[in-house]
Amino acid sequence: MRLRRKRRVYRCLLKSRELSIVRDRTKTIQPDDILLVSTVRNEKIRLPYFLRYYRKLGINHFLFIDNDSDDGTPEYLSAQPDVSLWTTSHSYKRATFGVDWVNYLLRRYAHGHWVLTVDPDEFFVYPFCDTRPIRALTDWLDNTGVRSFGAMLIDVYPKGPLTEEPYREGQDPLEIASWFDSGNYTITRNPIYGNLWIQGGPRCRVFFGDNPGKAPALNKIPLVRWNRRYTYVSSTHALLPRGLNLVYDDNGGEKSSGVLLHAKLIDTFPAKAKEELTRAQHYGASAEYKAYARHLTDAPTFWCEWSEKYINWRQLEILGLMSKGNWA
Amino acid sequence: MSTLGFVMLVHTALDRAEQVARHWTAAGCPVVIHVDRKVPRSVYEAFVRSCSNDPKILFSERHVCNWGGWGIVAATQSAAHMLLQRFPDVRHVYLASGACLPLRPVPELIDYLAARPRTDFIESATTKDVTWPVGGLDHERFTLRFPFSWRKQRKLFDAYVRFQRRIGTERKIPDGLVPHMGSQWWCLTRRTLSAILEDPNRPIYDRYFRRVWIPDESYFQTLARRYSTDIESRSLTLSKFDFQGKPHIFYDDHLHLLRRSDCFVARKIWRDADRLYQTFLNDQAATLKPAEPNPSKIDRVFTKAVERRTRGRDGLYMQSRFPRHGCENRLTSGPYSVFQGFSEMFEDFEPWLAKVTGMRVHGHLFAPDRVAFAGGVAVMNGGLTNHVGLRDYNPTAFLSNLIWNTRGERQCFQYGPGDNQDINWFLARDINAQISVVTGAWAVPLFRSGRSFSEIRSEAARLQRIETEQLEILRSTWTKARVRIWTMAEFVEAPMEPIRTVIDEILPTNSPPLSQAPRPVDLSGFGKFLQNLKNQGMHPYLMGDYPVEDHNEPAPRPILKPYLVH
Repeated sequence: MRLRRKRRVYRCLLKSRELSIVRDRTKTIQPDDILLVSTVRNEKIRLPYFLRYYRKLGINHFLFIDNDSDDGTPEYLSAQPDVSLWTTSHSYKRATFGVDWVNYLLRRYAHGHWVLTVDPDEFFVYPFCDTRPIRALTDWLDNTGVRSFGAMLIDVYPKGPLTEEPYREGQDPLEIASWFDSGNYTITRNPIYGNLWIQGGPRCRVFFGDNPGKAPALNKIPLVRWNRRYTYVSSTHALLPRGLNLVYDDNGGEKSSGVLLHAKLIDTFPAKAKEELTRAQHYGASAEYKAYARHLTDAPTFWCEWSEKYINWRQLEILGLMSKGNWA
Repeated sequence: MSTLGFVMLVHTALDRAEQVARHWTAAGCPVVIHVDRKVPRSVYEAFVRSCSNDPKILFSERHVCNWGGWGIVAATQSAAHMLLQRFPDVRHVYLASGACLPLRPVPELIDYLAARPRTDFIESATTKDVTWPVGGLDHERFTLRFPFSWRKQRKLFDAYVRFQRRIGTERKIPDGLVPHMGSQWWCLTRRTLSAILEDPNRPIYDRYFRRVWIPDESYFQTLARRYSTDIESRSLTLSKFDFQGKPHIFYDDHLHLLRRSDCFVARKIWRDADRLYQTFLNDQAATLKPAEPNPSKIDRVFTKAVERRTRGRDGLYMQSRFPRHGCENRLTSGPYSVFQGFSEMFEDFEPWLAKVTGMRVHGHLFAPDRVAFAGGVAVMNGGLTNHVGLRDYNPTAFLSNLIWNTRGERQCFQYGPGDNQDINWFLARDINAQISVVTGAWAVPLFRSGRSFSEIRSEAARLQRIETEQLEILRSTWTKARVRIWTMAEFVEAPMEPIRTVIDEILPTNSPPLSQAPRPVDLSGFGKFLQNLKNQGMHPYLMGDYPVEDHNEPAPRPILKPYLVH
């Protein structure tokens, strides 16, 4: 495991050469700032709301990696006062699906900070997020000696066909995609890294019925008090050293956890799926996108009569998708 | 000058500490602040400067305070000593921290204490009567030595404790002391406190407590028992602890809970809880009648949190609760019933059961070719689909999800040796499962299928093998489910008896008796069918001693007419 971790560190240092800095505001990062790291590609339409959402939660500084966007993403981001931006036109896949780049930024800038690593379509929800800023959470985690915080992906989707209601820049995507699956997730423990492997939800229900093993992993550990010795292993699903993956209790109790509302399934999705299919830069030879593209031609709706409409984190906690643990 | 003085232990969030200290001095109460020696000198000096215009705020000699160490007691001693010396009017000393926040106007607290001039408010219980949360050390706190930090040198700490246990270390507790423990936050009278501080034996006690573990929870608690004439064993500070012994923190959204608690002081307050500081530090309307502190509502919230963290919700498998084998408490979230062989023995068992019990009755949920949800629906609660591939990908998760998603409504489903067998151990280990089996009933559909006999023979052999293995599991010593097993021969003798037992258990106690029986399948010729199997060299034993000839027709006959159960 140590060797695996060293290898990841080595790779991230190697791959750091592919990153070139566009806008460096890292000097303004204060010692106890909470950071956010994200890799984007042609996501300009999503960014205004994304930034608004996370600024409101209390993120102090954003570190973005732009992977060869041509829709004005870099221009938009470098104009933001709390954003540092790197760019690369190298292969996402060969940077272990962006993990190497992210690991490098984390190692270099996030040492000693709480840092949230999310995609631009993921919205972090944690217990009491409507009344307490993210610093309340990180202070509490510090206080209880916890270094990492789990938040599984919950896919949200609209009621009608995906393309029915177009997404406007700056809009809250949950206004369109406000439905989710509440109780069809399956979990197994990954014996290698000790993390849980969670699958299920609407994408699995609609796309992967015949091949559930290939359904996307939904477990994520996006919030970590970073140390330069840490590395993400595959996306934010697992970390090394392995102790960081123990965000669950195996004794019958509940640790506290959050959710990443995954607003991927909106009208921008079919175009994205097609593009990603031709680029073939995603995990498992883009098997996920292949399955999507196949189904998307027959315009699926994800909604079913047992879909739940998203209200707030308390609803998710009652449904058993996240937990307050002993944070009260 | 007020009769109440505060000792305040501070190590962080100095600005908040100053705010609270000034709130107290504004009400006339002197405050002596102890700042942890670990706070850098420059920060400390800036803090002292910013408080310097308030003559009622003093600073005591600084000590290094580590959690569970002697420093906190030493700090309290010197600050309390200073307070008693410099403010001779003080009758009660209140020990507080920098994260404390007064919830009620200070004059109310002063009046409350003035009405109880000889009472010491200090939580103090003997080690025999309480179990303290951390480390599993109770009495040993007082009889072992603890030179190592529990937080920073955990391995050394544990190893040294083990070592001392092995060689049988037993420190002598100084004469006259009976170890007591309790909350660190107390309010003592001048009489008791000065008796403790000026005791001629104090060097002996101090030397002893220096090596006791977490002396801040036992030093004053033990010594107060020695000198006080009137101990009220509770803390005036509302302070809740989680299961690891760490204090719970209060946030803005606790405002109403805190207000209704009628406690005088609460800790620990999050430093950025602006609304709490804003609300409670600005002059509040005094409560109309002097209320006793009543933290029970808050207690409930935090007790629930501890329970959730340690026991969790039964039958929930999720990202932060994934119990390992044997630690699930209950494997599912509520009771459910599994019927094996019943829908084979009756023409209309499922609709009949649904009608009689009013519960959700599924067909064979684990059949190889389909998921027979009740009513033939494609999707169930929670977005659970009838897709066989998804079910078989993780059958136990399918079952636990189904039960979790339908909390509050009992589920019944049919099962049998033809179905996916991967849930057998799960079913058997689950105390919520009520499993009723008629063994050998799988032969009835074969008997009625009209398939070629060689096919039937090999299928019968397969099903019998599977059911035998299943029965072994259901009869194992690890089985916690309520299992009832009848052979088919027993069942046919008097079919309504078993059904009534099972259903009585499901239905609420005072429900009306069953007025209708399900319609049995026609079994004439079944005995011959079994004999044929035997003649072919396959031995069907799971049906029990089923008669070859149908000559005792009357046996299955009674169930042909509507059956009335009284």
